[in-house]
Formats: sequence, C-alpha cells, structure tokens
Amino acid sequence: MKKFKLFFCILLSLIVFNTLKSAEQIDPIKVDWSFKGLLGKFDRASLQRGYQVYNEVCASCHSMQYLSYRNLGEPGGPEFSEEEVKAIAAGFEVTDGPDAQGEMFTRPGRPSDKFVSPYPNVNAAAAANGGAYPPDMSVLVKARKGGANYIYSVLVGYEDPPPGVKLDEGVYYNKYMIGNKIKMPNNLSDGLVEYADGTEATVDQMAKDVTTFLSWAAEPELESRHKTGVKVILYLVLLSILVFLSMKKIWSRVNPEV
Amino acid sequence: MSEKEYVPKSKAGKWFNDRLPLLSLASHLTDYPTPKNLNYWWTFGGILTFCLLTQIITGIVLAMHYVAHADLAFASVEHIMRDVNYGWLIRYIHSNGASMFFLAVYIHIFRSLFYGSYKSPREIIWIIGLMIYLLMMAAAFMGYVLPWGQMSFWGATVITNLFSAIPLVGDSITTWLWGAYSVDNPTLTRFFSLHYLIPFLILGLVVLHIWALHVPGNNNPVGIDIKKPSKDTVPFHPYITIKDTFALLLFMIIFAGFVFFAPNVLGHSDNYIQANPMVTPAHIVPEWYLLPFYAILRSVPDKLGGVILMFGAIFILFILPWLDTSKVRSAVFRPIYRQFFWILIVDVLVLGYVGAMPAEGIYLVLARVGTVYYFLHFIVILPVVGYLEKTEPVPLSISEPALSGSADYSMAKKDNEKI
Repeated sequence: MKKFKLFFCILLSLIVFNTLKSAEQIDPIKVDWSFKGLLGKFDRASLQRGYQVYNEVCASCHSMQYLSYRNLGEPGGPEFSEEEVKAIAAGFEVTDGPDAQGEMFTRPGRPSDKFVSPYPNVNAAAAANGGAYPPDMSVLVKARKGGANYIYSVLVGYEDPPPGVKLDEGVYYNKYMIGNKIKMPNNLSDGLVEYADGTEATVDQMAKDVTTFLSWAAEPELESRHKTGVKVILYLVLLSILVFLSMKKIWSRVNPEV
Repeated sequence: MSEKEYVPKSKAGKWFNDRLPLLSLASHLTDYPTPKNLNYWWTFGGILTFCLLTQIITGIVLAMHYVAHADLAFASVEHIMRDVNYGWLIRYIHSNGASMFFLAVYIHIFRSLFYGSYKSPREIIWIIGLMIYLLMMAAAFMGYVLPWGQMSFWGATVITNLFSAIPLVGDSITTWLWGAYSVDNPTLTRFFSLHYLIPFLILGLVVLHIWALHVPGNNNPVGIDIKKPSKDTVPFHPYITIKDTFALLLFMIIFAGFVFFAPNVLGHSDNYIQANPMVTPAHIVPEWYLLPFYAILRSVPDKLGGVILMFGAIFILFILPWLDTSKVRSAVFRPIYRQFFWILIVDVLVLGYVGAMPAEGIYLVLARVGTVYYFLHFIVILPVVGYLEKTEPVPLSISEPALSGSADYSMAKKDNEKI
C-alpha cells in the first residue's frame, strides 16, 4: 500500500509533465523504430544509408557541427570501416592554419575533423535560404517535440495547401510542421540517391534512413546507454533483494514487521 | 545527549578523542536512539543526502569540462555528451538528479506536514529545512541556465525580470543581477559561480538540520514524545541504516530508469536549441518542480502582486509551526486535518498542472482557485481546525498500540554487539 502510494506520486508528476505537450499540430506518424525500447539498437545498414542521404541531400544546407568524421566509425553508430572513414573525411576540404607564414590553407579532411559546414556562419546560411537558417542537425532529433517521429513526419508530410491557404514565395505546405508553413522545399523524390546496398530509394525509405541517422547523431551513446542501463538495474534489483533479506533478519530481533 | 559518555578502547583512540571528539561523534551517530516505528516515508532524509552528494560529485566532474561562456557553453555541453568518457552518463545523472532531488524533497516536506514534524520542539529543524529548499530552488534554476539553450536563456530572462517589479529600484536591481542590460555572458558566468557555491551552503545547512534533529530526536508516525533510549527506540545503526539503504536502492532503481531509458523526458526539447535572444519560444515553462509557484505567479494580473504571492507561498511555510494550533502532531489522530492534508496535495498538483499550461481560459481560473485555496489552507484552515477538531485518543507509547513490542533497547543493543 505504501509503495503503491509512492508510485502513485511519481506517476502523477509524470502526468503533470506530459501535459507540456501542446496540441496545436496533428500528431506525428508513429514509426516502430529499431532504437526504441529498453534494448533498442540502431539498424546499421539504415544508418549507413542515412548518412548517404544526409551527405548527398541535406548537407548542402544543414550543418552538423558537433560531429566528427571519426564518429562514423565508432561502435554504436554507422560503423563504417577505418578505411571508409578516412576516405569520407578526405573527400572534404578543411581550412586549417595559420601556417608558419601566417597563412590559412586548405587540406583534405582527417577523421579527427569536425563535419565541414556548408556555410561560413549562420547569417550566410540564412541569406542563402530566403532568410530562414537551416538548423544545425547535430541534436535536431532531441530539439523537437516528438523527436524522430516528428522529423520523419515532416520529411514525408509535404502536400498541396488546402483551398484558402495562401503561401508566399519560397514557403511550402507541410501538414506536420508547426503552423504548417515551412521554408524547406520537399527535397526527397523517389530514386534521388542510389543506395550501394541495392535498397530501393523511395521517399519513405530515404526519410526513415536519414531520420535514423539523425537520431544516432543526436544520441550517439544510445546503444551503450541501453546496455549499461539493463546491467545497472539488474544489479540494483539483486542488491536490493539481498539488503531486504538482511533488513528482515536484523529487524526480527525487535520487530518482525518492518 | 542522554547516552553514556563514550570512551575509546585503544590508547591512541583515547588520545585523539580527548583532543577532537570525532570518535564520540561517530558513537553518537551509530547509537542515536531512533523510534522503532519509523515508516518508509522517513527514509527520504537519507535519500536526500545521497541526492546532494550525487549532485556535488557529478557537478565537480562536469565543471572540469564545461565552459561558462555564452558562445561556448552549448558546444561544451555537447563536448561532454560526445567526447568525454561517460560524459553522457555524468550529465544525465546530474540533470535527472535535480528532478530526483526535488521528488524526494517534496515527499520529505509532505511527510513532515502529515506527521506534524514541524511542530514544537522541532521548529528550527523545519526552518533550516525550508532554507535548504530555497537554496535548492536557486541552485536548480541557475543550473538550468548553464547549458545556454533556449529554455535556459528565456527562463533566466523571465525569472530575473521578476525583480523589476520591485518599486523604484526594481530595474536597477535587475540590471545589477544581469551584470549587463539583458541576460548575457556576465549573467551566465555569475550563475555558474553561484551554482558551484550553493551546494556547499546546502551541505552546511544539512549538517545544522541533522544537528538540530539530534537534539529532540526524530518525530514518529504516532507523533508522541518518547523516552530515549527505551523499548520504543532502536539504535540508528544497524536498524535505520539498513532500512534507509533498502529504500535508497529502490529509489536508485527509479533514478536509473530515468537516466538510462528516458533521460530527456523531464526536460524541455527547446533546451537542445542554442540560446537565441532574437527568437522567443512559444511557451516558456520552468522545470516541473517549480510549476506550482509559476502558476501562483501568473494567477495574479499584477506583476508585483504575483511576485509577492509567489514568494509568500514559500515564506508562509516558515511560520507554519505557529499557524498550526493543534496540540496533536500526527495526522493519524486528526480526522479532519487528515482530509485537508490530502486536499492540499491535490491543490498543489492542480497548480503544477496549470503552471505547465498557457495562462488563459479555464487554466487561469483553476490557477486562481488553487492559489486562493493554498493560502486559505495555511492562514484559515490550519488555525481553525486546530481549535475545533476532536482528535482521536493518542497512545502513551509506541509499544502500546503495537502487537508485539517485547524486545527493548538494551536487548537490541546486546544483539548488535554479538555480531
């Protein structure tokens, strides 16, 4: 009874929290992601395809400044091989310096370099995109209510505006976007990229792959967090059983009812 | 203290103890006679000590990697999450630890309200506890600003602006708090400095809190004064330590559940967007543990009035021991007060709920009703019920109502020494 009350209190505080979710947009599509749940893991092949979509489509406008190329080869991520990571990094021109003469210079990227941003700064990015800054994608999944479901829904949520809705030049209609107006055009079309593993590049497939990739980018620790969490909780449960039995034994000297 | 003078067995121990009686203190802490009928609501004192130490230890490690600068803070938090070994674990323990700390402190406070632990002779314990709670809120608020996300920035803007409601000097005070003409880099650096300081102030107050507790001893679910030591008490160690440990482990399981499987569920997604003074979030909401006060603040149409009521909601608790006129401590024997206690809990939960909602329509009405009732409870209901209530008969000792209370303190002590 007492424990029930404790859980009741926790439950209530959670309900209070959950009401923070406002209801001003339609709910995003619920996708059964492989990385959800207590033992959720990323789909390795999907992460690699997702990186391809990011690199060929999104990266021309969206930066990912908190990621390094080496992350692409680390456990729990896309797990490209060392050679692949080196090749990916070498494909980018990185500004380095100053050298001994005080000059900045460019060189091919190394795995330790951060992802190269498409624009030199936020203002340049906004100016090139009709005044709307394409947000950095490093933690985008964590920075949006609804997380991965929301990102995926926006990617597949483009449609013609309902009658009566007038859109300005460079503004598009998206039924999942907050306010339904988005400055990013619908960039995905069937067959836009050619997947190395032969998967058919439908809009839905690409949206799922790139969302998986972005979810990993936002939470690269997810797999090790889940694995550690299971071990920690099992350990705590076993320890509490032992402590409970010790407690019963100790208290039996004065009062059998603890 | 009532127990016998402690004399260390070894010569070196005696030499040391004569100069600094740390061993006497340890002996006092282990033998400390504790009511044997303490239930699991009494385990939250230990749990809170654990929470404080967890926050201090994880916080010290985080401060090794964090950069308190408006341009670098957000990136340094991502650096902790991605590049520092187990940085994600340390940060998630720290951020969820704040929520767990408040969950525990609210249970601890409401336990005190239910069993009348704030009443004579424990007023000073209660007041020190409230000072700890105030410092906790300050520390949590400033800590939430440090990642320099959107909610950090705008939360800081809303809360610091409250001081501008003070007549005449309000604006000057706000500018002084900011160290600039808006929330900016100087605000961030001073918040970091204070955020590092406050936990150690809390630690000092915790020592006073426990010291003050050890003068009259623990209250208990029956709420009566007991003889110490007697057959109503057990030595703190091992009886209470083992029980506190068991409860702490259960608490840690819930804590770990959040840290490993839902680390961001108690936070706001907007705080993963870097602070931008040019873009205001659609709804600015504080963390869940401050929502009831936020609701009280917004329930008043006048800014100064709202600020006064919000602070009043906390400061009224300081005079609670003198507002409650009942001679009986425990709500177990107070049939009327018991019902008002549960209504107060519902009232605070409702205030928390509307605090998370936009301040309009039905939510505003609920917030106003909730606020009025909150003050009514303390100013009118408590004093009046204390006079009019017919309390149930209070037992003379803990052992009397218990079914089996054969073993006494000295026997328990003897058993303990055998092990």
